Parts: sequence; C-alpha cells; structure tokens
Amino acid sequence: MENLLNIFVKSIFIENMIFAYFLGMCSYLAVSKTVKTSFGLGIAVVFVLGITVPANYLLENYVLKEGALSWLGEGFETINLSFLSFIMFIAVIASMVQLVEMIVEKFAPALYTSLGIFLPLIAVNCAILGGSLFMQERDYANIGEAAVFGVGSGIGWLLAIVGIAAIREKIRYSDVPAPLRGLGITFIITGLMGIAFMSFMGIQL
Amino acid sequence: MSSEKEPLFSSKNLKLLTTPLGAQNPITVQVLGICSALAVTAKLEPSIVMSLSVVFVLVFSNLIISLLRNTIPSRIRIIVQLTVVASLVILVDQILKAFAYEVSKQLSVFVGLIITNCIIMGRLEAFALGNKPWPSVLDGFGNAAGYGIILVIVGFVRELFGTGNLTLPGIGEIQVIPDVMYEWGYVDNGLMILPPMALITVGIIIWVQRSRNKDLIDVS
Repeated sequence: MENLLNIFVKSIFIENMIFAYFLGMCSYLAVSKTVKTSFGLGIAVVFVLGITVPANYLLENYVLKEGALSWLGEGFETINLSFLSFIMFIAVIASMVQLVEMIVEKFAPALYTSLGIFLPLIAVNCAILGGSLFMQERDYANIGEAAVFGVGSGIGWLLAIVGIAAIREKIRYSDVPAPLRGLGITFIITGLMGIAFMSFMGIQL
Repeated sequence: MSSEKEPLFSSKNLKLLTTPLGAQNPITVQVLGICSALAVTAKLEPSIVMSLSVVFVLVFSNLIISLLRNTIPSRIRIIVQLTVVASLVILVDQILKAFAYEVSKQLSVFVGLIITNCIIMGRLEAFALGNKPWPSVLDGFGNAAGYGIILVIVGFVRELFGTGNLTLPGIGEIQVIPDVMYEWGYVDNGLMILPPMALITVGIIIWVQRSRNKDLIDVS
C-alpha cells in the first residue's frame, strides 16, 4: 500500500510528464488557451492513461517480454518479442481510445459532449505512448503498480495543463514584448513552472 | 514522377526544402514535435542522433505514404500511417541498439516516441497524402532538418554552458572552456542541464527568430 502511494505521488509531482519529460507538449501548447477546455482534455488523458498503461502491462508481461509466453507450454520460454513492443503498444492505444470513445458515447453522453473532440486527438498524444514505454522501462512489479502509475501521471499532466491555462488566461492582460507573445512566453512560463516543480525532487517517501 | 517534367531541384522543389528551416520551422513556428525535442537535448550527442533518426523516419515514411496515397482508404489512413511509422521506428531502434548502445540508453523511451511525434503525423497528413513521391521526400527532409537544427542549437547551448564540454558522436567529449577560465573563477551553470532550461532556451530562440522576422509575431 505504501509502495502504491509512493508511485502515485512520485508520478504526479516528481516525475511529472510535462515538467520532467516534456511529454504531450503538442496538445499542451495547442489546447491550453482556456481553463475549461484544458480541464476536459486533462480528464480524458487521465482516463486513457489509466486504461492503456495496465492494458499494455498485461501485453508486455504475457506476450512480449522474454519468456513471457511460457504460459503457452514448453518450448515457448525463450521467445522474446520485445522488438514488437512499439507497434503493439500504439495499436493497443489506438484501439483503446476508439473503444473508450464508443463506451463513453453510449453510457455517458454528457461526458461525451464535453470530451468528444479531445478523445480522438489523444491517440497521438506522446504522453500516452510515453506512459506505456516508461512502464516497460521501469518494470513495475504488478498490474496495480502499473495502473497507479498510469492514473498518477495522468493527474500530473492534468495539473500542468490546467495551471498553464490559468496563467495564460491572466497573461492576456499583461504587456509582453511583441515577439515573445503567444508561443514564446508560454515556453518560458512552462520552464519556470518546471523549476518550481523541481523543488519536489528531494522528497523521500 | 514529377522529375520527368521538371528538373530534380527546380525552384519549387528547393522551396520545399528551405522554408521549413526558417520561416516555417516545425518547432518554433508550426509548434509540432516538441514532445521528444526537449528531453534529449541535455547533451549535443543525443540531440544529433535524435535528429538523424527523425530525418530517416520522416523521409521514408513520407516516401512510403506518398507511394501508397492512391490506395489507402481515407477512413483507415491514421492506422496505416501509424503502422508505417512504427515499423520504421522499430528499425531505427534496433540499429541504434546494435551500433550505438550508449546513446540508445540515453535516449531511452524517446526513440519510441518518434512514433507519436506530431511532425511526422502532421507532414504525412498535410503533405505526403496529396503529393508525388519526390516532393514528399524533399518536404520530409526539409522539415526533419528544421527540427534537427533547433535540437542541435539547444543541445549545443545547454551542454556548453552546463558542463563546459561538447560531446560529438564518434569522437567523444571535448573540453571547450579552457582550464584557465576555471582558474579565473568561471563556474559552469548546472541549471542548464536540468529539464526546465530546455523550454527556456527554446523560448529564447523563438524570441530571437520572431524579432528578426516580424511576420511571425502572434497577433492574438
């Protein structure tokens, strides 16, 4: 339990997707103009990361990893399919996003209308594939840890995009030098937020 | 093929190659492909290797999609594009693991993230699906080079000011700041190699570029 909490806090604050690894920057920069839409996108990312990371964990540990196919019987222990992981992960992500979209549309139409436009975009968001690849690299012990990592890094991403959107709403009234307006100042603010987030780095849990 | 009617490097084709380097730079103007661009730039060597990988993937995926453009049904085109890109990225990843293991360890997950690099999907959607193979190759090369230039500049600045050294592929680490400077009291700025400084460096590059080229300034 303590371990799960540790992974959760670490993935939100210390190893934040945006500030430590710059994942999902494209949609982070494009959609962060107002708090409302960025909150919608953030929730969708939490949702999709929370589903795809455990799904890819199962795929990694029961199909792709060296010796993962041993449950099929004798003679399968030496098979190592990990070179296929990129293509399998992206396929799982694309189909999961599609599936989530259909389920949400059927059972929660209100949520669908607010998330609707963002869900298809998410399939090509680097943060989603990045979550799965970090899960593979860090070799989490069980599916619970993988799921907590997925949800945690999603929440970290949500926190970052809502924060920058709030700042961008305010900064519209400031006198920023003309060449720095828009993109440039957003980059620099994100950098400053990243420095602020680095103060979490020394935390030992 | 277009090359039968017009010369291989006609002015129109050359333009495809050169505009992404400056006025239509994928990172600073089109805002594509930031995701993987920033995290690998703490040193010069991974930035160069990353740029070369992106050049390879983008040129070949543009070529393949452009050759297939009349046979891909438009409803499943995203899946087809992802498959082509993912296969090329697997190729790059395996080559790096075989011949440049140290660098591939440093790049860790970011080689895999070339798949979701927005530049690649963006160019496939916007250019390769509607143009002939040769212009698509040029367009791919131009955009990947525009991406690479920014990566190399950021990597150069960060490593030079962060550690005083420069790492080049195949040569290794070279000390650029002479020892005399350190004796006089020069200190490396350790902040430069931390992640947030990548963002600030790109922000400053954008600032410089836009103040020289007023057309690019955001009016909103």
